[in-house]
Amino acid sequence: MNWLSQIASVTWFGVCTIPRRKGSAIVATAGIAGVVVVFVGVLSIAQGFRKAVTSTGRDDIAIVLRDGANNEMSSGLGRDVARVVKDAPGVARENGAAVASAELFVIIDVPKRSTGTDANVPFRGVEAAAPTVRGNVTVTQGRMFERGRNEVIAGVAAAREFAGLDVGKTIKLGKTEWNVVGVFSAGGGVAESELWTDTTVLQQAYQRGDSYQSVYAQLVSPDKFQEFKDALTSNPQIKVKVVRQAEFYADQSTMTTNFITGIGTVIALMMALGALLGALNTMYNAVASRGREIATLRALGFGAAPVVCSVLIESLALALTGGVIGGLGAYLAFDGYGAATMNFQTWSQIAFAFAVTPKLLLNAILWAATIGLLGGLFPAIRAARLPIAAGLRET
Amino acid sequence: MSTSDGVLVRVKDVEKVFHRGSEEIHVLSGLNLEVPKGEFLALMGPSGSGKSTLLNLMGGLDRATNGTVEIGGERIDEMSDRQLAAWRARHVGLVFQFYNLLPVLTAERNVELPLLLTPLSKAERRQHVETALTAVGLNQRSRHYPRQLSGGEQQRVGIARAIITDPTILLCDEPTGDLDRKSGDEILGLLQALNREHGKTIVMVTHDPHASARAKRTVYLDKGQLFKEKPE
Ligand SMILES: Nc1ncnc2c1ncn2[C@@H]1O[C@H](COP(=O)(O)OP(=O)(O)OP(=O)(O)O)[C@@H](O)[C@H]1O
Ligand SMILES: [Mg+2]
Repeated sequence: MNWLSQIASVTWFGVCTIPRRKGSAIVATAGIAGVVVVFVGVLSIAQGFRKAVTSTGRDDIAIVLRDGANNEMSSGLGRDVARVVKDAPGVARENGAAVASAELFVIIDVPKRSTGTDANVPFRGVEAAAPTVRGNVTVTQGRMFERGRNEVIAGVAAAREFAGLDVGKTIKLGKTEWNVVGVFSAGGGVAESELWTDTTVLQQAYQRGDSYQSVYAQLVSPDKFQEFKDALTSNPQIKVKVVRQAEFYADQSTMTTNFITGIGTVIALMMALGALLGALNTMYNAVASRGREIATLRALGFGAAPVVCSVLIESLALALTGGVIGGLGAYLAFDGYGAATMNFQTWSQIAFAFAVTPKLLLNAILWAATIGLLGGLFPAIRAARLPIAAGLRET
Repeated sequence: MSTSDGVLVRVKDVEKVFHRGSEEIHVLSGLNLEVPKGEFLALMGPSGSGKSTLLNLMGGLDRATNGTVEIGGERIDEMSDRQLAAWRARHVGLVFQFYNLLPVLTAERNVELPLLLTPLSKAERRQHVETALTAVGLNQRSRHYPRQLSGGEQQRVGIARAIITDPTILLCDEPTGDLDRKSGDEILGLLQALNREHGKTIVMVTHDPHASARAKRTVYLDKGQLFKEKPE
């Protein structure tokens, strides 16, 4: 009989004895299932978050920043640059005016309704085209701010979360009193956690002269992007960076997703260590409780290698069982699970769903397999080294 | 399989030392034994005298500290672990005091075990298993699990497993040690028949004078040496 069938039969004899020691087998399997659930659960948050953030961005909207800036905060554009951008080819026009919004924002502190402690809120100056450029921005309460006046409208998420953002109230930000005149929704997008006012009013209130941070431009169609970008980047008078809104949001979410992924990995690693100990314990028990059987098989002429393989295979099988159960459980529990209440500061009210992707599941199963193999390795070696004569003396 | 002078087993100047912590236990010291082909040898001696140890050396289950073990003209003490495993599968039939059957397998599957190491087809294996179980009078119980069988019946399964590959030598370590007189006698009858009718060479460790009386010859192990008569 060849090696493979030796391995198969020795493995089969071992697997048949699992019911006899089902307690420890269940513990090990459950431990590994737990690792997989946590791993998949946490990482599906990152995936879902990324997906949601990316999908709020559109292909036919371009964002222009200063060359070298990675976000609006580190960007700065003069009035003349904003002018050039609005006049560039590819920008949609309505009644001769470019559908584009030159914007800037400051971060202000506003107390939370729930705790009364201050938290950061982006306070953004926008131009008339902003609602169009963001897509589906609608004033749900009150009215739009008027140009040139100290009036703000609050995104629904911001209004819900922060104190004093009620229509009709005034709120003191910096040295200026502002009237809250409306609340707007933005289809679940990032803007819902911002305050908006007129660009020029904000520039004056915060002494920003006539500088902007970004221009949001509506393109005639998504395929005009390249033309628009080329026209701006080849213009020697200005130094700007041009990105599609979808890419911009994806970039912005990288840090958050990496952070969540990092935390998830650390937690999963710690749990994996526990599961590894469980698997080790189970397989040591398996080998110990089968000492005489293994010795008997060896005495009859079965080789040491099939014994090693059989222990490894059994451990792997237990781990994969745990992995599949955990993966399935995580999929059923988390995939599509709405997480609108998740709070990540400025991303506070982005509604997103956990996304359990096939790649994520595959990774989790690989983790489980690794735990199984490591957990089986030393017990397998012990089983193979067990002297036959001593093994036969065991009762 | 035997050498020209008819000697099957030749154990020469064998020493076996066990280490337990810093303590050295000299179990066998300069022991010599020759077993002719067709012998039925009983090996007696006090508990702890090294009977199982000697049997293990002859079965290639353990290695001597010094000395040589030759079986059928082959120096098994010079074989590698892997060679030894293959040699055991081919030449040795083992019968244990506590049967050592795999509890998860039926009687017939237990008996089949050693055949899994041979190139025999499934049908051939089935044929051999039936023959062996019939020889020990258990072919009616082939589908039973060990726990469904009495001690005597389990030991018959053990013997069927030991003879299924038609081994060169049958090594039995207290095969009746766990059985009542009646079942023990039946097992001894089986071994005797295997020796007389099929010419099987048997070495049997036993404490029981009734058992040794069924053998052709008895040797006594004491203080690391073999004696023809029971030492006083
Ligand atoms: N693996 C081992 N390690 C250490 N000492 C051992 C080992 N195997 C056997 N011994 C010792 O060697 C001696 C002989 O053991 P062995 O099992 O051969 O005796 P025995 O004659 O078969 O005894 P019994 O009649 O009780 O079965 C005993 O003192 C035993 O404790
Ligand atoms: Mg013994």
